[in-house]
Amino acid sequence: MAKHHIEAVVNGDAVEFLCETEETLLDVLRDTLHLTGSKEGCASGDCGACSVTLDGRLVCSCLVLGCEAGGRRIETIEGMAKGEALHPLQQRFLEHAALQCGICTPGFLVAAKALLERTPDPTETEVRYWLAGNLCRCTGYDKIVSAVMDTAVAMRKG
Amino acid sequence: MRYEAPESLEGAVALLAGAPGDARVLAGGTDLLVQMRADIVDPELIVDIKKIAETRTVTEEKGAWRIGAAVTGAELKEHLRLKKVWPGVVEAANLIGSTQVQGRATLGGNLCNGSPAADSVPALIAAGAVATVAGPQGKRDIPVEDVMLGPRKLALRKGEIVVSFLLPPRAKSSGDAYLRFIPRTEMDIAVVGAGVSLTIDGGGTITAARVSLGAVAARVLLVPEAAQAIIGSRLDEAAQQRLEAAARAACRPIDDKRGTTEFRIDIAGVLARRAASIALDRARTS
Amino acid sequence: MTMQTYVGTRTIRPDGVDKVTGRARFGADFNLPGQLIGRVLRSPHPHARILSIDTSKAEALPGVKAVVTRDDFGDQPSEFIPAGEMMMNYRDVVRNVMAREKALYEGHAVAAVAATSAAVARRALKLIDVKYEVLPHVIDVVDAMRPDAPLLHEDLYTAGVEPKPEKPSNVAKRVEITLGDIEAGFGKADLIIEREFRTAAVHQGYIEPHAALATVSEDGSTELWTTTQGHFIVRAHCARLLGLDIGRIRVTATEIGGGFGGKTVVYLEPLAIALSRKARRPVKMVMTREEVFKASGPTSGATVRVKLGATKDGKFVAGFAELKYQAGAFPGSPVQPGVMCAFAPYDIEHVNVIGFDVVSNRPKVAAYRAPGAPISEYAVESVVDEIAKKLDIDPIDLRMQNAAREGTKAAYGPKFGPIGLEETLNAIKKTEHWNAPLRKWQGRGVASGFWFNIGGETCASLTVNEDGTVSLMAGTPDIGGLRASLAMVAADELGIPYDKVRPIIGDTGSLGFNFLTGGSRSTFSGSMAIVEAAKQIKTELCARAAKLWELKPDQVEFADGQVKPLGAAADKVKAMSIADFAKVAGKTGGPIGGTGRINAQGAGPSFGTHLVDLEVDPETGRTTILRYTVAQDAGRAIHPAYVEGQFQGGAVQGIGWALNEEYVYGADGKLQNAGFLDYRMPVASDVPMIDTILVEVANPKHPYGVRGVGETPIVPPLGAIANAMEGATGIRFTELPMSPPKVLKALKERGLNGRVAP
Repeated sequence: MAKHHIEAVVNGDAVEFLCETEETLLDVLRDTLHLTGSKEGCASGDCGACSVTLDGRLVCSCLVLGCEAGGRRIETIEGMAKGEALHPLQQRFLEHAALQCGICTPGFLVAAKALLERTPDPTETEVRYWLAGNLCRCTGYDKIVSAVMDTAVAMRKG
Repeated sequence: MRYEAPESLEGAVALLAGAPGDARVLAGGTDLLVQMRADIVDPELIVDIKKIAETRTVTEEKGAWRIGAAVTGAELKEHLRLKKVWPGVVEAANLIGSTQVQGRATLGGNLCNGSPAADSVPALIAAGAVATVAGPQGKRDIPVEDVMLGPRKLALRKGEIVVSFLLPPRAKSSGDAYLRFIPRTEMDIAVVGAGVSLTIDGGGTITAARVSLGAVAARVLLVPEAAQAIIGSRLDEAAQQRLEAAARAACRPIDDKRGTTEFRIDIAGVLARRAASIALDRARTS
Repeated sequence: MTMQTYVGTRTIRPDGVDKVTGRARFGADFNLPGQLIGRVLRSPHPHARILSIDTSKAEALPGVKAVVTRDDFGDQPSEFIPAGEMMMNYRDVVRNVMAREKALYEGHAVAAVAATSAAVARRALKLIDVKYEVLPHVIDVVDAMRPDAPLLHEDLYTAGVEPKPEKPSNVAKRVEITLGDIEAGFGKADLIIEREFRTAAVHQGYIEPHAALATVSEDGSTELWTTTQGHFIVRAHCARLLGLDIGRIRVTATEIGGGFGGKTVVYLEPLAIALSRKARRPVKMVMTREEVFKASGPTSGATVRVKLGATKDGKFVAGFAELKYQAGAFPGSPVQPGVMCAFAPYDIEHVNVIGFDVVSNRPKVAAYRAPGAPISEYAVESVVDEIAKKLDIDPIDLRMQNAAREGTKAAYGPKFGPIGLEETLNAIKKTEHWNAPLRKWQGRGVASGFWFNIGGETCASLTVNEDGTVSLMAGTPDIGGLRASLAMVAADELGIPYDKVRPIIGDTGSLGFNFLTGGSRSTFSGSMAIVEAAKQIKTELCARAAKLWELKPDQVEFADGQVKPLGAAADKVKAMSIADFAKVAGKTGGPIGGTGRINAQGAGPSFGTHLVDLEVDPETGRTTILRYTVAQDAGRAIHPAYVEGQFQGGAVQGIGWALNEEYVYGADGKLQNAGFLDYRMPVASDVPMIDTILVEVANPKHPYGVRGVGETPIVPPLGAIANAMEGATGIRFTELPMSPPKVLKALKERGLNGRVAP
């Protein structure tokens, strides 16, 4: 069976790639498009390290087939900073020391961005439940939640 | 491994019916992809049904609601009118996995994965939902409680696809609720799940009810005895105790890594009662 | 005294931007042109003799470039060597990376292949024909100690027992420490509490799976990129296992996605090198999450008996404990540190602790954050709490009364120097949290914890660049902010701006030997090496200035980032900054730099006290953590935010260990929950904010007073949560995890379950 030829938009850029049916979007991003910011922690949708948005919807890229991406708009961690400017979430993750080893960080940032786009004024509980699919083993979540809450305040003030 | 994404039901049915080897329907993929990765399934053909319009829409039909089998949990959550009428069904769908999984997981997939612990299934059964199935012989309707026969075993014939679910018109003063027990707050498979849908009269007496339990037997159970235990009551203490006892009596669970037999039976009673209480509150304020 | 402009502040970490933009490269993010993908065939049996391995069909599969089995690794003699805070034996290491005579646990590596794609490699694994003779298995530690238990190693005789046992057994070692006269001690006690506890095996749970990329050239030169806590250790192990010269192997530590002790040993690295050597192409290997659970880590499950005696006014007079720790398939559980730590927080005259290191058909345990200590200290802290209840003494006061302090002789040997246990107890007692009201079914628990911390061989360098910026190179992988801490120390030592110091982790060819990141040692030891390197630079610059200014060496000094002339000379010449010197480096003696090569001594123990509130649902047995406060002695917090992060992360790992995490085995000896779905680590919605109190009792042996902080935070949670459970339910739980089925069962047995009264 020939590979699928897929055209999609990744971080605003038109891309095309070939993939086997069984290759996931995460495989394609990492191995074919060399966007290794999305991480594979479990390959079963339980850790969130591979979080991306697909047409604006937060998903685990390990649970999407590469061939499902045709004609879709994908945003990854690599597209989060604009030019020289970090996204406010990225900046506050640094300021709050909201990362230790950093392996889960891209997934948390992509997920938190999706949260704040829908819920600009989340409660701590909303932040915690929204991010429950992103595992972090280093921080105990405290500084991550603080960074997200603080970013929400700052972004509301504009 | 072939991948097809037909735009018509007929196309999908033809592909599935004509597949020489194992063929799988891909809706949200949150179970299928995991099983492929774990070498549990190795299909020859994958039929993605998300391009078929009927699987992707939520429509009101004379007071009834039809939900496409490939509508995601996240989309259901954003459907405010549906959520108002069937909060328990929407909540149950929203308990499947994380926010990320919600972006993909569907009611059709949750049912057809064939797990007795599927979160949305007890809620659908309690709601009296009917699955509309399309196949080589055309369409047919199956009550949701009859779709699953046992773990990974469905009453679907080769080539058949669950297209949508029909939630019946809602009597006034009705409410539904779904609760599940997990050790954590998120991300676990239900150790026990309980769905309750009920209707009350002007005096607050329960006139109709359906109770469904998940993860306590080889398939999700509809428990008429549990419903009978509260019909005619105002969910007073005695009715609550009858409900708990009836729910527990229906359980035929297994011991596994997620919970013991004894624990599951205990919890089934607790959750049935708590879900009934929430459903009752909703009926009162609906 | 050096000006501390940066030490003690919350700087932005230098590696931070790469980590928030996805640029940082972790183990699986490295690739080489022409690389092959390596996969491991693992035993489906928990215990089986390997009769034969036929790889011919796999080798014949198009795309397969190399297959390795036990035949590709020479046997090793029995020799124990330090590995992190544990010991290891090369005879066992070679058998753990690739099974030889027997497969000793489900998931034990039996063969590995390298192929042109992952799909081909997977197909090749299915073509390898392994003939097993399945043997009876044993999983539980107590079962494994029975005389009739299936034997894992026919030649394993219990060490530490005189005379040597006549028969082999699964008990690898017996260890014992004694202080005073234990029988006499219990004779003085008015109250003796004796309890037996059980804990489950738990995994370190790092989010990044093990990954390695190796390339071996025709002349045997080997390069390896791997996610590890110690690339120098990996180099040593690979050289030994593969018969290579250490100098031929260059190992680069990639960014590491968590380790917690689990990345202190080798799994994939020797296989990747062996495959690459055979295939003459680069080989990349990455574990699946299932492989991580089945074949790496975890730490021991254990059975612990504790007996503690106190006088009626609360003075502890005698402590006895017996520890039986799972080692996994090969000897080497952390029972020794478990023994040493058990009563370490307390000043007790008579102590006797006995430990047993027991093998069973589980993956070989690896270090996990204060290895061994959480288990034994959990048991002791539970009994301490029970004594407080029985004697009606406030649990903090009771701990305070018996707390180890400066001058206390620890049962494991040394006399403590200045330590901060009392300060942490005081800090907790002063919190609003300690006095906040509780409702029915809510409980509050307190527990203290201890960990030694270590120093060890460390090498770090500072190089002054042409423009006066400074390149810092450290040789211990940075897991949680090491580069930030070392750059802050370097900036303060040299009196230059923090952002002028650029720290990196050097590969094994760039620096002298570094012991691994473990034992809470990297900030402690690394900062000592940086201080030494900075001193060399300052001395060198002073010498150059004296020569340049034609002054005697004692007429110049280094202060505030400048070399200054002293006395009368001060009017004649202008002070020179490091940047000034950088410009004229060539003319004044060449490049400027310093290298600290030390064996860091004087690691100060760190004590902590945790306070937790929780609520139990009496109908379901489910526990919710409501509130949590950590107080710990950091000595001196170089970067307070990352120290707090260690406290918070350790506490939450402890919450997981106490409530839900466990290795679940079936009767078939197979692991049933090898994934994040059913191995239940805490998620964000499971925990509250973790409040922290930084206690700073300076470590006098460190130039800045630093103590290691990374491990102690996982020690107190188990006891604190068990004590809070007792407060909430009135039941003393003696088995971890305190998962809902267990809690509900205990409530039911006492008739306590049921609905909360409205």
